[in-house]
Amino acid sequence: MTDLFALLSFGSEGWGDDLARGVAVTVALAIATLPLGLALGLGVALLKNAKGRVARGLGELYTTVFRGLPELLTILIVAFGAPRLIAALTGATVEINSFVAGVVALGLVFGAFSSEVLLAAIRAVPKGQSESAAALGLPRRLAFRLVVFPQLWRVALPGLSNTWLVLLKDTSLVSVIALADLTRQTNLAVNATKQPFFFYLVACLLYLALSGLSTAIARWLEARADRGFAAAGR
Amino acid sequence: MEAALGHALLTIWGALGFDAELMARYGPRVVDGLWTTLGLVAVSCTVGFLLALPLGVALVEGGRITRALCLAFSTFFRGTPLLAQVFLVYYGAGQFRDALDAVGLWGVFRDAWWCVVITFTLNTAAYQGEIIRGGVRSVARGQSEAAAALGLRRGQTYLTVTLPQALAQGLRPLGNELVLMIKASSIASVVTVYDVLGATKYAFSRSYDFEVYLWAALIYLVLVETVRRVWNLLERRATRHLRPREA
Repeated sequence: MTDLFALLSFGSEGWGDDLARGVAVTVALAIATLPLGLALGLGVALLKNAKGRVARGLGELYTTVFRGLPELLTILIVAFGAPRLIAALTGATVEINSFVAGVVALGLVFGAFSSEVLLAAIRAVPKGQSESAAALGLPRRLAFRLVVFPQLWRVALPGLSNTWLVLLKDTSLVSVIALADLTRQTNLAVNATKQPFFFYLVACLLYLALSGLSTAIARWLEARADRGFAAAGR
Repeated sequence: MEAALGHALLTIWGALGFDAELMARYGPRVVDGLWTTLGLVAVSCTVGFLLALPLGVALVEGGRITRALCLAFSTFFRGTPLLAQVFLVYYGAGQFRDALDAVGLWGVFRDAWWCVVITFTLNTAAYQGEIIRGGVRSVARGQSEAAAALGLRRGQTYLTVTLPQALAQGLRPLGNELVLMIKASSIASVVTVYDVLGATKYAFSRSYDFEVYLWAALIYLVLVETVRRVWNLLERRATRHLRPREA
């Protein structure tokens, strides 16, 4: 048993530092995906909320495709397809590194799921809110930032934190295209030590810790977003 | 007859701008993969549902220790990536070869298909268990009180009063879970199972033709959309007594 824990030590003997690097890559991948995913999600939500038929159709099509495709397939299509697409369009041969491919693929998926959450949140803020802000003389931008966004954000948070948790777990799929994330580093440790059960269990516990940490942060953000509502006596 | 039909399909396929020759060579494998995918999902979702029923009820009704154990199971399988779970079972089992041999289960754990089915089943049981727990909790207390007043025993109450209402409540999320499982089943391809994605990866490694990934995308999209729509119809029909009657 002590031998097993010695395998987790940091330094040239143990795998502790290698796993820690894997955790760092996993977290970096998830965090790097977030802005792209949220931007896509907001864009698609606005498309689906638009008056025009074509815009709504495009929004729905995007959601159907990237919510329906298996995440693993999306990752493979981006990793193998994007260089071909770029070569076909520009004639240049490029190699796309697996981190970038992972961010793009997971961002496309995150965009599809978060667009549903954001659309519901946009619709949850009554029109009267922005109208009364306008009546009080607030410029549109300020009205959005001070009046509409805090209410929208509060409704969207639980759904977004769910989507984030899914994203965090989906990052493990990028190990399939050789990104040195937690799952891949664990594979390497297993190959060298022949202790698959122990190392995959450790990896699972590390993912669990990341999920737990995310949930705690989400709770804190939700409590903050609820500040103005707590007094309304629910 | 079949040959003629196959030929006609290939002609249409070619007319759509796809590579008919590629299809003729690798298509049958991908179709076999489709059956593997459907089998994986059908077995793990069904067995997972049967496990989820007692799990969901235990999460509500169980004593402190039962609840803690069920919660630990559910947290582990919902909080970690399915891929890591598959690795844990598929590669981890090898370490317990002697013990598994002794109880005659090594044959099961040596086979990637079985390892994947076992992992998927436990994983979906955890998610479905949460759905059932939510359904059970949504049933008004007066329902079980009324059943008790009518002289029903607790087991009877659950079978005839609580669970049917809990399941009606959980039908929509259960459909979502089915769709998620169809997508997640593609992870089986990572441990040498030839499901749709597994067969596609094989075809790609032989032909280097990217088109095969687009076939796979089309297959999954059609599969997921069909299941989603059919499930919605079923759900509407099964819960039609809950909607206000249209005038």
